[in-house]
Amino acid sequence: MFKLSNLLLACVFALSVNAQENAGLRLPAGFSATLFADQIGNARHIAITDKGVLFAKLNNANKAGQSIVRMEDTNGDGIAEKISGWGKYGGTGIYVRGNQLYASSDDAVYLYQLDANGEVTNPTAPKTIIQNLHSRRQHASKSITLDPQGNIYVNIGAYSNACQEKDRSVGSKGMMPCPILDSAGGIWKFDGSKANQSYAEGKRYATGLRNVIGLDWNNKTNSLFVTQHGRDQLNTFYPTMYTDAQNAELPAETMYEMKEGDDAGWPYVYYDPFQKKKILSPEYGGDGKLEGGKNALDPLVAFPAHMAPMALLFYKGNQFPAKYKEGAFISFHGSWNRAPLPQEGYFVAFVPFKNGKPAGEWEIFANGFAGADNNKSPRGAKARPCGLAEGPDGSLYVSDDSKGAIFKISFNK
Amino acid sequence: MQFKLFGLILLTLFFSLNAGAQNMQNGKKIYEARCLACHQADGGGVPNMNAPLDAASNVVGKDIARLVRIIRNGYNERIALDGFYYSNAMTANPDLKDNEVADLLTYIRNSWSNKASAVTIAQVQAAKKKK
Repeated sequence: MFKLSNLLLACVFALSVNAQENAGLRLPAGFSATLFADQIGNARHIAITDKGVLFAKLNNANKAGQSIVRMEDTNGDGIAEKISGWGKYGGTGIYVRGNQLYASSDDAVYLYQLDANGEVTNPTAPKTIIQNLHSRRQHASKSITLDPQGNIYVNIGAYSNACQEKDRSVGSKGMMPCPILDSAGGIWKFDGSKANQSYAEGKRYATGLRNVIGLDWNNKTNSLFVTQHGRDQLNTFYPTMYTDAQNAELPAETMYEMKEGDDAGWPYVYYDPFQKKKILSPEYGGDGKLEGGKNALDPLVAFPAHMAPMALLFYKGNQFPAKYKEGAFISFHGSWNRAPLPQEGYFVAFVPFKNGKPAGEWEIFANGFAGADNNKSPRGAKARPCGLAEGPDGSLYVSDDSKGAIFKISFNK
Repeated sequence: MQFKLFGLILLTLFFSLNAGAQNMQNGKKIYEARCLACHQADGGGVPNMNAPLDAASNVVGKDIARLVRIIRNGYNERIALDGFYYSNAMTANPDLKDNEVADLLTYIRNSWSNKASAVTIAQVQAAKKKK
């Protein structure tokens, strides 16, 4: 009898834990997740020190007036107990390199110094590394990554949808050549240690990218990989050429390996994943079939349209099973421009890599961020995956920039 | 006599209700063709990008003229609304007729959780004069 009641108790306990199992995420077998932190603010990109101190860059300062949040799990239970922060400016980019912490606003990149405990030593007096970059509302966020030599790569998104004379207007033609590309719509390279650089000191490293939020340096190939947000609203501006259903699937969200001087083709072409071709944009005389962009790259991976890739991370650790080694995790914010068709995304995807090249189809790794069947609109999503970071133990962290959750995903062997 | 008056009132009520339903229907059609792609089926917009119309203080507010101007001219500035910012450019709709703008605004102001006064053609025309 005693044993039976104990069993019952255990069952009730298991059920109540089950309601929160894996912080509401759906994961492959053997993986588990904890809610590392919650309600910290609009957490965009995240970065982690080799001691496991996690930093998130917030899009807007949170209620505590912080725009960079520091989180530390002091007792190893998968939940951050120690949470603090500083900074007043909103932004997206954050990157840890040894005891240096880079963070970006929408027009600048700052450098902070960390001490041995991962505490910031100059919260109010960072060194300004880059300044006065274009921040013209659309695609203004500045994502950053560094190469092993300490060069910093910054996305400067195009402040336009398709480089029309009048942005997002019916019947407005694409500008030829697109004047935006001289100072945006690409990746710029700067010295990661020099102060007060801007366009004059930097170099346009790669072009023809409408907006990149996810980027990572791949140590295996020793090159930069990026994920692009494809253009919007083909059906809105060209209703005779594209139906709502076609717009929902066009163009692909794309991943590229970008070497110096490479061009991904925006705004002149977009990538059609069904024809597997670069198609001339209707703003530049395209009809949905005419090809273009002879000198532009083909994507390495094509994902469904409009899902908005927010972060790219090559997995270096040993905790996850072998298939994940050196592969790419991509967080998808969730679409809005598939309406009136159902929205898609709100998950973290995985692409296996071998010898620095994609080696198989992409798959959904972590799902369920939007909440139970509630992703009809971006507003309704419970969480919107954004930043990714790999902890020193090989766990994967995912941030949510709507309510400010941080998920920690681990493999249980 | 009283019967006739009652009948007349009923008849007027019927027609005005019917006209209201027609305005809503027409507004819905325009919304789906021009607005839904960005402002979404639930009027919720897209965080940081496209402003919500549902439960938005400006949308159900008294400044009809401003709403008319935004629909006609589009909007190309970062907009602050109820504590959040939205950055996407909004397309202009210069070809919408006065009655279409009125129906569209009536629909938007009375959909989802919104409950505000209908917008008349006279109000749309008044907004034009103010500009």
